[in-house]
Order: sequence, then C-alpha cells, then structure tokens
Amino acid sequence: MATAATSDIKWWAGGRSPFNVEYGKLMMWYFLMSDAFTFGAFLISYGTIRFSQNYWPDPNHVFNAFPFAGHANLPLAFVSLMTFILIISSVTMVLAVHAGHHMDKKGVIKWMAWTIVGGIAFLGCQAWEWTHLITGHHPVLIDGVVQEIGTTVSRNPWGPEVPGMMHDGMQVTKTGPVAFGGYFFGITGFHGFHVASGVVINIIMLLMTLNGVFDRKGHYQMIEKAGLYWHFVDLVWVFVFLCFYLI
Amino acid sequence: MHQSNTHSPEVSFHHAPAGDEQVKKIIRTTVILSVITIIELALGFVIYFLHKSPDYSHSLVLFIKGVIVILSLAKAFYIVGVFMHLGDEVRNLIMTIVVPLLLFVWFIAAFLWDGDSWLNLRNTDAGHRPYPEKQIVAPKDAKKPGVE
Repeated sequence: MATAATSDIKWWAGGRSPFNVEYGKLMMWYFLMSDAFTFGAFLISYGTIRFSQNYWPDPNHVFNAFPFAGHANLPLAFVSLMTFILIISSVTMVLAVHAGHHMDKKGVIKWMAWTIVGGIAFLGCQAWEWTHLITGHHPVLIDGVVQEIGTTVSRNPWGPEVPGMMHDGMQVTKTGPVAFGGYFFGITGFHGFHVASGVVINIIMLLMTLNGVFDRKGHYQMIEKAGLYWHFVDLVWVFVFLCFYLI
Repeated sequence: MHQSNTHSPEVSFHHAPAGDEQVKKIIRTTVILSVITIIELALGFVIYFLHKSPDYSHSLVLFIKGVIVILSLAKAFYIVGVFMHLGDEVRNLIMTIVVPLLLFVWFIAAFLWDGDSWLNLRNTDAGHRPYPEKQIVAPKDAKKPGVE
C-alpha cells in the first residue's frame, strides 16, 4: 500500500500530482468549498436578521404538522423524517462509490438507484412542507381586522399572540417578522434546488453505468465525483436543519 | 486489488481499503450520525418543553442550543471525513480545503455581532432613549412576547 510511504514522498518535487487526485475530483472539492461559502453567507445573513429582531417565531410552533395527521401537534416529527431520508441516501451513495472502487457494476446500479429514490422522497417531503406552510391559514390581526393568511415571502402569521383574542377557535396573533418566510423559502429552496440537480446528476450516472461507460473507461471515478456532490447536499442539510428547525 | 487509479503516472493513490473493512467503517459512521441526530432531536424536545414550563431559563436554553451546534459540527466532521473520504486524502489537499473555511470564524462572529448591534439601535432609537428592560419572560405556549 502507498499509504505507508506517503510521508517519505516529495509531493512538490515534480513528476507527480501534489494533491494525488484526479483533476475533476479536485475541482469538485473547490466547487463545493465555494458553495459552502454561498450557503454560509445565506445562513449567516439569516442569523444577523434574527439577532436583530425582538421577536422571532418558535420553530416548534411553526413546523408541527405531519402528512395525514390532521391538526395533531407533532413538533420536529416531519423534519426528522426528512433528515433520516437524506442521511440514508448519503449512506447508499457511499456504498455505490465503494462498489465502484471494486468495479462491481451491479452494486453501483443497485445503490445509485436507492440514492435516487431517497433524493426524490426528500423532494416530495419538501414539496408537502412548502404547500402546507403557504396554504395553511392562520388568523392574524392586521390594521385592526382579523385576516387569515399563510406563510409566504411577504407575509408571516407567526407573530406574538394577541391576548384573549380568538377567531374560529384559533388564537389570533400579530404579524411576525417578514424576513422569516423569505429566509425559510429562500434557503430551503436553494438547498432543494441542489437536491434536485443532484438527483438529475445521479440519474445520468446511473444511465452511464447501465450503458457500461465506466466499465469501458476502467474506473468509476465519475461516481465518486457525483458522490462528493451528493454528500455535500446532505452536509448542507445538517446546517439548514440546525438553523431553521432546532435552534 | 485493483481500484480507483486514474491511468496517469502522476497520480498513484490507492485509498480504498479492502472491502469488509470499508463497509464496517461506513456502517459505524451511519450509526454515529443517526445517534447524534436522535440526541439533537431529544434536545430539541427539551427546549420545546422548557418553553412551556413555568421555570423557563433563558441561559439553560442557550446552553442546550450550544450543545446542538457542537453536535452538528461533529456530524459535519463525520460526513466530510468518512463519507467524502477527505480524511483519506493527502495532507496538502486537506489543508487547501480546510484552511479557507477558517474564514467562517470571522464571518459568523462579525455578522451576529452586527445583528446584535442592530437590535440595540432598534430598541434605543439609535441611542436617543434608554434600552427598555429586556423582556425575557417564560413565553406562554412557546411564544415570546414582543417588545414592538
């Protein structure tokens, strides 16, 4: 194994790649690093606005619904499901990369297919959650009149309660900070866009595997690069999950 | 053992260990990630119930949130190190990825500080009146009373 000798190798003496990776993979790493700064900038600006507000909606109060569960109060439940779907699809992706290292075409096909299924399931969950937030109306006191509004980029029904005021059996609130919807839909949307493009990339990789492209090339490095991108999507979700749902 | 070599003499890595060992590592990491996520969710519920309880302590909630942030960083470490195999790369490569990310230390500190300063300006009309007493009271039904 080369690992035993790595410390003795003169990486910068010429004649070899100082990073010991193929060009495309190195560039994928740098792309992901720059993408990390893009997501970082979004999340940090969200943090700045949140720190500047006296009031911010409690995520346990906003995200407490589950499909087919009616009005049951289930905080964190649905987003936990989404988180586990993404972790599991990340695992199936590693297994696909691993099968690729061993030139195991059947293994790559099987695990890539499961990864694609996981990605589509995640996107389905996100579509449900967005629909629920946008169409779920709540009574809000606006200019002295109670109106029923959903969460959008310009409206936020999750403000402080108006003491003692009820409307159709629901507590009336004031409007919350407008930035809430914009940041939520903007950042989860940008992440969802990454998931969607990851699914497209994975489908292309699956088709190339089925056509034997990588067998002819003699290696499955493309699967590794697609894998890096897919894990990054999972990594970003760790922080989106942290910033929007947990804290 | 033939694996991910490119067919270039300049790249000579072999970093896919024998099959079973690698699969074991993947399974172990999966378990670690799942357990951390479950702990995070449990802490999320602790915050939820603290918000409802009469003896709501702001500093305790902040402490729990800090623990959740550290657990998330641990998850990030495992995803990047094991699933993305960064831990198996050459040190040179690891450093060109990790060192630029140190910018985040300044980035986060500076902008959250800015947000806090903004809050101060908002509540004092940019210094024209004294800061109202901070109302960090037990929020009824998981809601904080606004100072607006």
